[in-house]
Amino acid sequence: MSAPLTASAAAAAIAPGARPATGFWRRALRHRSFVLGAGLSLLVLGAALLSLVWTPWSAYDIDVASKLHPPSAAHWLGTDVLGRDIVSLLLVGARSTIMVGVIAVGIGLTFGVCLGLIAAARKGWIEELIMRLSDFTFAFPAVLSAIMLAAVAGPGMLTSTTAIGIFQIPTFVRVTRGSANAIWAREFVLAARAAGKGSFRITIEHVLPNILSILIVQATIQFALAILAEAALSYLGLGTQPPQPSWGRMLNDAQTLLFQSPMLAVYPGAAIAIAVLGLNLLGDGLRDLLDPRLARER
Amino acid sequence: MSVFFLRRILTLVATLFAASLIIFLVLDALPGNAAQMLMGADASPDAVHALTVKLGLDQPLAVRYLLWIKGMAVGDLGNSYVYGTPVSGLIAERLVLTIPLAIMSMLITVTLALAAGIYTAANHNKLGDVGVMSLTQIGIALPNFWFAILLILLFSVKLQLLSAGGFAGWDDGIWPGIRSLLLPAISLAVVQAAILARVTRSAVLEVLREDFVRTARAKGLGKREVLWRHVLRNAIIPVMTVMGLQFANLLAGTIVIENVFYLPGLGRLIFQSIANRDLIVVRNCVMLLAAMVVIVNFVVDVLYAFIDPRIKVANL
Repeated sequence: MSAPLTASAAAAAIAPGARPATGFWRRALRHRSFVLGAGLSLLVLGAALLSLVWTPWSAYDIDVASKLHPPSAAHWLGTDVLGRDIVSLLLVGARSTIMVGVIAVGIGLTFGVCLGLIAAARKGWIEELIMRLSDFTFAFPAVLSAIMLAAVAGPGMLTSTTAIGIFQIPTFVRVTRGSANAIWAREFVLAARAAGKGSFRITIEHVLPNILSILIVQATIQFALAILAEAALSYLGLGTQPPQPSWGRMLNDAQTLLFQSPMLAVYPGAAIAIAVLGLNLLGDGLRDLLDPRLARER
Repeated sequence: MSVFFLRRILTLVATLFAASLIIFLVLDALPGNAAQMLMGADASPDAVHALTVKLGLDQPLAVRYLLWIKGMAVGDLGNSYVYGTPVSGLIAERLVLTIPLAIMSMLITVTLALAAGIYTAANHNKLGDVGVMSLTQIGIALPNFWFAILLILLFSVKLQLLSAGGFAGWDDGIWPGIRSLLLPAISLAVVQAAILARVTRSAVLEVLREDFVRTARAKGLGKREVLWRHVLRNAIIPVMTVMGLQFANLLAGTIVIENVFYLPGLGRLIFQSIANRDLIVVRNCVMLLAAMVVIVNFVVDVLYAFIDPRIKVANL
């Protein structure tokens, strides 16, 4: 977790603008949680990409005759209640997971950061309006807004992803505005003002770079949360719909068979946990590597 | 003082109104005809019309919205389309499960998180810090409903200590009820506590670097005294913010967890009502949950002012 204080890190701490790219990678490869997180994230990404071209068996063909097989040479992790190969289901499930995460965080990050920066830069009634709006969106957790949307639009991946994305906006607004406000109170912003810079330039040149690492950490947490929310919605039957395989759905199927085939409830959950853990570690590592101030102190 | 509270209360009321309007528009305006949805696509037009009139859905949108608001003010939420009984009664009998569940898991969350967060910050970069932080890293990655299923596998399937689901109720005293909410509350709390512990740790570490901490140490205060007297009070603001935010997740979590454990709480009610197309129940349940989140965050906002008087001044 803790990066040792290296000469290059110390140099970077003194002159953040002068970090050579090679130095970044040398430090990155020595950073344990970055390497582990990147490895796990690449594993999930690799599984998703692999499923586009190859799976051991079809993830869609139902073969009830070979249902609930234990692990074997043919089916490495066995088969589910419909005779589908678990490994194939897990591979294809990685695809929906990544897609949902990218879209949802994309929605949240884009709208959230813009609104948060505006709120911090403008103050007054604009800040009040944005914060009240975000409070108010905040009253609808992803599961709740997905439920509302599902009640009228019918359940589905698009509905659930949109709901998760909308729910991510206020989190990014709050984090952005909170950390941006702290930067706005600093002396160097006052100096920039005295030098005649407007609030737009200060936001882009001083505020955004200084809160970037916080946003990266938040974005990885939110990506992980999006994966978790999608899994929960699919588990409830409101997210990805069959026959499209998804990890949450697999857990739902497995729960009715806990006494017969307990392992069926273990694999998909482990897959979700690996994806989320990988992203979180990756975010932690990136924070240490990108923000010398924080890296030095951790 | 009073200006601060007045403004906060006004925004609270405005937020609640806005929330009710959105919920009403999403659930009642978009889908067209609730009666048609209830009776299915092949119902005769006459029957659908009769039901529309009976449910009062033939009135203009604005009238129905105002009737709903008026109903909420006097505690009459209307009758369920499916059961025909008052919605307020349906919700009330579910809340005796969901509210204790939420409180139990919040208590477990805060206890675990503060203990772990303060411990790790005080032992920064030592073995205990690294160990506990690795555990929280795994805790954050666990889907709470999967953790719930694993708990069921361990305590119900293998050890056969607790039941795999269902709710004993409060009629036989408090313990059977708490017993049946124990696994659900733990599965909700563990993930939240992992997040909150990390927030607590970084908040405490952040404050430990402040000049006034160095001053306090320099004037001769011990490490422990500085931690309890100066650091915690200053570190508690971000911790409380996250706690407020987590409350929304907690309520959303109960919807999922209640389904894992087959608990007859508010979450199950919403879920069954969607399946039954009982939109009036969905509408009121969603409004209730939204209101709970808004009010909790309002309370957090007001508490800030008590903890840190500078915030009140800044907001005037």
